[in-house]
Amino acid sequence: MTTPPPEPVLALEHAQKSFGAVHALEDGDIRLHAGEVHGLVGENGAGKSTLVKILAGVHRPDAGRLLLDGEEAIFDNAKQSQAAGIAIIFQEPTLFPDLSVAENIFVGMQPLKRFRRIDGRRMRREAAAVFEQLGVRLDPDRLARGLSIADQQLVEIAKALTTNARVIVMDEPTAALTATEVDRLFGIVETLRSRGNAVLFVSHRLEEIFGICQRVTVMRDGRHVLTEPIERLTIQSVIRAMVGRDMDALFPKVPAEAGRVVLKVERLTREGVFTDVSFVVRSGEIVALAGLVGAGRTEIARAIFGIDRWDAGSVEIDGRRLPPGSPTAAMAAGIGLVPEDRRQQGLVMDLSIERNIALASLDAVRRGGLIPRGAERRFARDWALRLRLKYGKLTNPVWTLSGGNQQKAVLAKWLARKPTLLIVDEPTRGIDVGTKAEVHRLLSELAAQGVAVLMISSELPEVLGMADRIVVLFEGRVMREFERADATEDAIMHAATGMIEAAA
Amino acid sequence: MSDLAFQPHDESPATLASRRAALRGVLRWEVLLLVLLGGTIAFGADVSPYFLQSTNLFYICLNVGEIAIMALPLTLIVVTGEIDLSIASMLGLSGVLMAELFDHGWPIWPAMIAAVALGGVLGAFNGFLVTRLGLPSLAVTIGTLTLYRGIAQGILPTDTIGGFPAHLSSIGVVPIPGTHLPYSIAFFGALAIVFAVVLHATPLGRAIFAIGASQEAAFFAGIRVKRIKFWLFVLSGLLSGFAGVLWSLRFASARYDSAIGMELFVVTTVLLGGISIFGGRGTIAGVVVAVAVLGCLQTALTADRIPAQDQNIVVGTLLVASVIVPNGAELYRRARARMRSVVARRHAAAAAHAEGQ
Amino acid sequence: MTTLAEEQQVVAPRASTHTIAELVFRFRELGIVLALAIVVVATTIDNHRFLSSESVKNLLSSAAIIALLAIGETIVIITRNVDLSIGSVLGISAYAAGVLYQHHPHVSIVLVFLLALGIGAACGVVNGAVVTVARVPSLVVTLGTLYVIRGVDGAWAGGNQVNASMLPTSFNRIGYGTVAGVPYLGIIAIVAVAIATYAMRSFRTARDFYAIGSDPEAARLAGIPVGSRVFLAFVLSGSIAGLSGAVWLSYYGSVDAIAGVGYEFQVIAAVVVGGVAIFGGSGTILGAALGALLLNTINSALVVVNVSSFWSSAVSGALLVGAIAFDRLVAVRLAPALRRRRRARV
Repeated sequence: MTTPPPEPVLALEHAQKSFGAVHALEDGDIRLHAGEVHGLVGENGAGKSTLVKILAGVHRPDAGRLLLDGEEAIFDNAKQSQAAGIAIIFQEPTLFPDLSVAENIFVGMQPLKRFRRIDGRRMRREAAAVFEQLGVRLDPDRLARGLSIADQQLVEIAKALTTNARVIVMDEPTAALTATEVDRLFGIVETLRSRGNAVLFVSHRLEEIFGICQRVTVMRDGRHVLTEPIERLTIQSVIRAMVGRDMDALFPKVPAEAGRVVLKVERLTREGVFTDVSFVVRSGEIVALAGLVGAGRTEIARAIFGIDRWDAGSVEIDGRRLPPGSPTAAMAAGIGLVPEDRRQQGLVMDLSIERNIALASLDAVRRGGLIPRGAERRFARDWALRLRLKYGKLTNPVWTLSGGNQQKAVLAKWLARKPTLLIVDEPTRGIDVGTKAEVHRLLSELAAQGVAVLMISSELPEVLGMADRIVVLFEGRVMREFERADATEDAIMHAATGMIEAAA
Repeated sequence: MSDLAFQPHDESPATLASRRAALRGVLRWEVLLLVLLGGTIAFGADVSPYFLQSTNLFYICLNVGEIAIMALPLTLIVVTGEIDLSIASMLGLSGVLMAELFDHGWPIWPAMIAAVALGGVLGAFNGFLVTRLGLPSLAVTIGTLTLYRGIAQGILPTDTIGGFPAHLSSIGVVPIPGTHLPYSIAFFGALAIVFAVVLHATPLGRAIFAIGASQEAAFFAGIRVKRIKFWLFVLSGLLSGFAGVLWSLRFASARYDSAIGMELFVVTTVLLGGISIFGGRGTIAGVVVAVAVLGCLQTALTADRIPAQDQNIVVGTLLVASVIVPNGAELYRRARARMRSVVARRHAAAAAHAEGQ
Repeated sequence: MTTLAEEQQVVAPRASTHTIAELVFRFRELGIVLALAIVVVATTIDNHRFLSSESVKNLLSSAAIIALLAIGETIVIITRNVDLSIGSVLGISAYAAGVLYQHHPHVSIVLVFLLALGIGAACGVVNGAVVTVARVPSLVVTLGTLYVIRGVDGAWAGGNQVNASMLPTSFNRIGYGTVAGVPYLGIIAIVAVAIATYAMRSFRTARDFYAIGSDPEAARLAGIPVGSRVFLAFVLSGSIAGLSGAVWLSYYGSVDAIAGVGYEFQVIAAVVVGGVAIFGGSGTILGAALGALLLNTINSALVVVNVSSFWSSAVSGALLVGAIAFDRLVAVRLAPALRRRRRARV
């Protein structure tokens, strides 16, 4: 049915990329053809983002090669990749808010008239022409500030077209769009395809993938799993390819008695972010919030801890209502948060290891008003020992630690407060296998000691191995709740992608 | 939440190495300062035979007393990553208020207290604008620098008010009995000890460093960033007010343009003392040595008959140098590291190419 | 081609006068003009002499100098930097021009202006180099050069004072001459502001300034040479300050070591009131010039209404703080939250 495809415009062959001990990409492979929309799917951590960054010129692969029109291409930076005709449309575009739409499209390459003055009229005309090609209306003169994300994407696409990009990569483009905007975007993608562009459409929304792509590549654990024309695939077969794997021998969760209700979240809502979320966590339990990028899990955690406020609903700890927007109140109630972004939020990178570990326990470490000499060091050493944290000297800044040990430092900081509820957001992201197992063991022990653990994770094996209960979120809403015994990867993934009925 | 933004996740060995080298740089700074102090004293001794005499110590300290006192809260503010340029104006306005109240019959002590309190109010206004309204402290304090000085000028445009009680005005002439030190420097000494203890040995001090190093992570650790910053601005105002009282007493007169332009000297002292303008680093000890350097420098230059204008050249250069030197060293190191990694990559690519082909 | 129903509408290039962008910009400038009108009317009602030709001439002339300085400062602030040294640069350039006349009374006016420009440019080069190469924050650099340059000026001038008798009448006439009742200075300022405003809209380099101030990282990624643009901004600011020094000399007719002290804060107040965001990325030179006019008018008005001119700094400071706060509140209110919108899925 499908004719054999011509030579791919852009191809990545057997690419590998590691960051320290983390192997982000072990076998990245993709071929993009002109006039074709190619879908790229995979769970978080499957390696999609690393692959795209290689195409964008942000990273150089450690092994493998990038071929442009059959010739090997080496990009040292993003500019070179752009010059070669590759355009990336990010989920959250970065436009210049104070410049107009037309100026954003032509930044750095505005059309000129006599005496090298900018030809504003021609700029507006050409911008309007591009929008016409795309079949949309957008005022080239309006400021970029205040544009909806959908419109910002349009501007980025227009920019790509004016730079004569041949390959257009869209990263999770529909995550922030309304249904009408998605339809509009699909029309544009179809236009691009018919113009002969090669489009790479990265998304976790399988319905969309099946609606618009001619070919699909599935990745898992940093490897290419399959590439097939869409006719030969079904949603079910794609899901199976995304998740099917041997379960690693993770540290099995020590069974613990679930006790009293520690955390009760009731109809929690933050407009535009999450809606009507309710669940409980008991002492001794590990409850996992599962879902894909954009599901709102981190936002819920932030709201519970008081970093963000909520618009409706309530949060109760040990039966007492928590006031919104106050990390101090949350901490006083016994909550700890190990954030998703270790380097910007979890640790103060330039401070020493001992100071980081003691940072949330300064009141415990002081005698009178002062912190005695070496008090932080003793404190940190104690906890570093318990967590088997490998360090050079405790006075070294915390950025000298490996990713896994950094995560242990963050955990130490919070465990030192003896929390009643510990929220961990992607606890094992970006750390090596050995430390992963240790972290799992730790969380298990914590639960056994009666701590309530709320775990956010995008790694299904981790979720299935660790959690007593799993709450699956999709676009800010709770889709399904699973008990440990009933949970399967398929079922979770279905709920996470918004498919309510599990396939038979 | 796209993780496809242009943020390289890897810490290349080159980056790690250059950061490690930056650590060593901090310790070297205090040594450099002491050398600078030695050099300044030598210069002073060379210029004037009286320089090393103990009576000269009185004048060195007297000249730098207010600067020193205002440098302490500014240090904390800069460590948190903010700045307060309105300090000299708060000094001036507080001095004017004290003088006006005194002139209107207030006894001197309530007038002094009112002046200090006014400083606190002025600082609170700064703090409110920065923490509540989220305005950049640079712009805000440029505005209040003009506003406060302007109010002082409006209240006391051409006159000076004097006639303060002699026993208080004498702080400008008479040292503490038994020593060769003016009262102002004694206040500074006591304050410096308190500030050093707070900054380096209390939870508040740890919080201040954390805020400067990473405001977001500090917030995520439960530190009340806004509250701390607000009170630091209030403290800056209080101590500027106190400095205003001292200034007016020791000159036995108050004018609207008291200490005009002094923010330069205070900022220079703080940056010279090794406090990073980017926040998160520095010691009170460094600031104390910087105070000594500035005091000796000022007195030595005056002894060398160099007019105030020209002294500004020296101080201005010192200010810029305090930031260029560590920056320059860091940039040099980073450039070298980058060169090394580029060369390494070219070699690796060539090797891979040779293999592959 | 596409099967979209409502969305498939072709857009014709709109005339530039009716778009939201223009309105937002003009709103600020209109607001200033309105405030100006109110102040003038209110003051004139109180005291007719306010609109006398003499006082209007003085007002326009002194505002002209601030407006000129505002051109350069606006460019620097748009790139998200600040130049605190302009007052000192003005001072030293004015003195240089005066001294040149003092020793060579027949030198051509053009040469004098070129000298002033050159000195200003040199100062701008120093500022720009330290900011871009040594990566020192512009606050620190220009605070330092503010004092260094003034110190050099003071050292050079000593107690010397150049006065009007040493300056040729042709030069002095620039300062007090008029054309159809409008002072030359006013015309110079208007022409300069017009040229600068046009240039800022028409040249790629100028648009780069806005991009850099709007988002420095994105600008870098877009291939804009941020370092050399910022350097250029400081050179422009210095050069304009230098030129303003010569203009200053022609207006005031005399110069000593304290010319231009404090101007930087007046100029920054004018610029911010005129709608240039202190964070960079937006604002126009026209707005800044109008801001200068407004502030100067308010100061004159206060004098006329018998509020002493000693309060003018306080007024500038209050307006500066007020403008920053106002801009911030507006930005927080008007900018629609860039929160994600979820599709309603059943």
